Amino acid sequence: MTFALIRKARQSPLSYEIKKQMHKIVAAIFLAENIKKIEIEAPRIAKKRKAGQFIMLRVNQTGERVPLTIADADPEKGTITIIVQGMGKSTKELNTKEAGDTISDIVGPLGAPSDIENFGTAVSIGGGVGTAIAYPTAVALKKAGNYVITINGARSKDLVILEKEMKAVSDEAYITTDDGSYGFHGFVTQKLQELIDSGKKIDYVLAIGPIPMMRAIAEVTRPYNIKTMVSLNPIMVDGTGMCGGCRVTVNNETKFACVDGPEFDAHQVDFKNLTDRNKLYLPEEKQSAEAFAHKCKLQ
Amino acid sequence: MMTFLPQFFAGMAFFRIITPSFLENNIMCPQHITTKERLAIPRQEMPSQSPDVRNKNFKEVNLGYTPELARKEALRCLQCKDPACIKGCPVNIKIDQFIKFIADGDFLGAARKIKEDNVLPAICGRVCPQEDQCEKACILTKKYTSVAIGNLERFAADHERETGNVELPAVKASTGKKVAVIGSGPAGLSCANDLIQLGHAVTVFEALHELGGVLVYGIPEFRLPKEIVKQEIEGLKQLGVKFITNVLAGRSVTVDELLNEEDFDAVFIGVGAGLPWFMGIPGENLLGVYSANEFLTRVNLMKSYQFPNNDTPVFNCKGKNVAVFGGGNTAMDAVRTAKRLGAEHAYIVYRRSEAEMPARLEEVHHAREEGIEFLMLMNPLEFVGNEQQWLTGAKCLKMELGEPDESGRRRPIPIKDSEFILPIDMAVISIGNGSNPLIKQSTPDIEVSKRDTIVVDLNTMATSKENVYAGGDIVTGGATVILAMGAGRTAAKAIHEKLMGIDTHE
Repeated sequence: MTFALIRKARQSPLSYEIKKQMHKIVAAIFLAENIKKIEIEAPRIAKKRKAGQFIMLRVNQTGERVPLTIADADPEKGTITIIVQGMGKSTKELNTKEAGDTISDIVGPLGAPSDIENFGTAVSIGGGVGTAIAYPTAVALKKAGNYVITINGARSKDLVILEKEMKAVSDEAYITTDDGSYGFHGFVTQKLQELIDSGKKIDYVLAIGPIPMMRAIAEVTRPYNIKTMVSLNPIMVDGTGMCGGCRVTVNNETKFACVDGPEFDAHQVDFKNLTDRNKLYLPEEKQSAEAFAHKCKLQ
Repeated sequence: MMTFLPQFFAGMAFFRIITPSFLENNIMCPQHITTKERLAIPRQEMPSQSPDVRNKNFKEVNLGYTPELARKEALRCLQCKDPACIKGCPVNIKIDQFIKFIADGDFLGAARKIKEDNVLPAICGRVCPQEDQCEKACILTKKYTSVAIGNLERFAADHERETGNVELPAVKASTGKKVAVIGSGPAGLSCANDLIQLGHAVTVFEALHELGGVLVYGIPEFRLPKEIVKQEIEGLKQLGVKFITNVLAGRSVTVDELLNEEDFDAVFIGVGAGLPWFMGIPGENLLGVYSANEFLTRVNLMKSYQFPNNDTPVFNCKGKNVAVFGGGNTAMDAVRTAKRLGAEHAYIVYRRSEAEMPARLEEVHHAREEGIEFLMLMNPLEFVGNEQQWLTGAKCLKMELGEPDESGRRRPIPIKDSEFILPIDMAVISIGNGSNPLIKQSTPDIEVSKRDTIVVDLNTMATSKENVYAGGDIVTGGATVILAMGAGRTAAKAIHEKLMGIDTHE
């Protein structure tokens, strides 16, 4: 065979598609503007997941791997529920999905489960879409026999999510809004401080939300030495401990949020480092989001 | 003229001048070539993309032998009676025999011969450190350069695949036994291959969304095209191996659940190393400091070099200074990737001298051709950054070589007051991997070493847990593709004997 023939053969490699098991969306509804609740088929994960664990999801073949905490699961039906706020390109794209659509890849459950025991009185605090993550842990804390107080914060009334669900698992449930349009007028930190000041003995606090909120909660509970956990959201790639991209500084040690976390002792977390590291791809995130918005407009 | 009278001239070889036309003619009848003539053929260079072109693209660097080059190179093999090269190969490929097939022009025969011992020849022909294995043992190295065994292996495998002649091996009748293989890297794939051929039902679980393990997330496209990995895996699928992606052992499912709830008769653990080491120096969490695993995973697996067409971004290296800390193959992969992404300066920073670098010579050579700058005898002390916490430089200390240490390599000793700051925008730390803790945490009855690698009986790769075997980097720590492959095959044999009740102790 001549040289030319071989070259020709090389230019046309065998083509085939590797068939993949796709994950079907069984239900998808908006809970608030830009916040969607999506129930997806993922039987293996539904059976195994525990409160505090997350999945990594890739919407399609060119998508990035996005970490999302599992809000709920139905092992009988073989489905998991995630609650997604459209922030960047991938989450916005995910939020365009409807029942019947499919998701390319989901792996999980990832991360260490929440440390659940009967602490006594446990306060579960969710800020914004963080409420979706606080919810399963609140359920688990209740099941473990705790007196459960939930504080559910949002910017305004129409952004409050999971109010009914939170109430159902709480011994006391509070809503706070930044603009005072619903519930307590102010931040979740103020509500927590109010509870502490009222003389309530609090044994455990779990806070999940934007980094400034978690950082502020840590400062509220620090003087009282209340055990406080936060669920961290660093940038991740594989979520299996293989890349170290999600490293966070806890008690002056480097930890991988994907395998050692995502929950850590709030009083030991270096929030500044986490805030800085999450800015790593701001220009790229902006570029992607703008391109996606443009594409949506065209459609 | 010589073509007509080969026998006559063969006897007069001593006087003959080797000319290109002589070779062309004798390629057609290799049996008439004398040892002297074989020795006179120079080692055939691997055709490759020119350095200035390839350091800007992600296409494969080496282009592969043409049939003519392959046969010429194959003629260099002396066909030793007791070939040392075979002993130098971790899986004992019948090297002399497959090279003879190539010399005779039977390329498919060569591929078949290799596949008797190596199930991933297109991959191993590319990434094996042949210069430390088979080629190091080649008798020719005593006076000449060794036969390019790796290049020939690659040629045979590529020829078989590219001409559409890949043959599926026969699969024995079903034994009714089920084996789970965790990890679809080289260890898992080779184990799955042997087990399916022996008639067992095999399911491979992969944590990532793509199959191939380190072959897809670690080794770059320019060194190992992913299409080749895909096609090797496709072959296994056709044999009946079941692959399930997105299952992380230890989290999605445990070894005990596989054995007890999913009714697997045996489990092979080939999860790789998978926990990047950092240096533990200040500033390691600054923006722009990556582990080699993260940098390579973003580029190779997530295809961030095609951002924004692929969603995953990576540090924008264009016009920037990038330093990779380490001297292994992964470090070479990372630094050459950074160069391809447009880095102005791409450095290898290594604390010993070039002679001690563990990377393959070919990789070092390729890297240098592509414009990689080697900063030897330099040890980073600290990463420094700006107010926004972006990396701006690495404070390094110059070293000199002292006496050999326990690894046999000369120990680097700091030179006093030699500190300086190397201005860099991105750093990649490539100093090796530890073991992923998930298997250990979820299966406490598997014995692990102090370094958290799984302890096995090296004859069978059996762990301390009944019916559980392990191989590859999770056992050895970071090593090579071919060693992992060999371990997978050893385990497959042992699993087969165990499941079928074959007693090997007699």
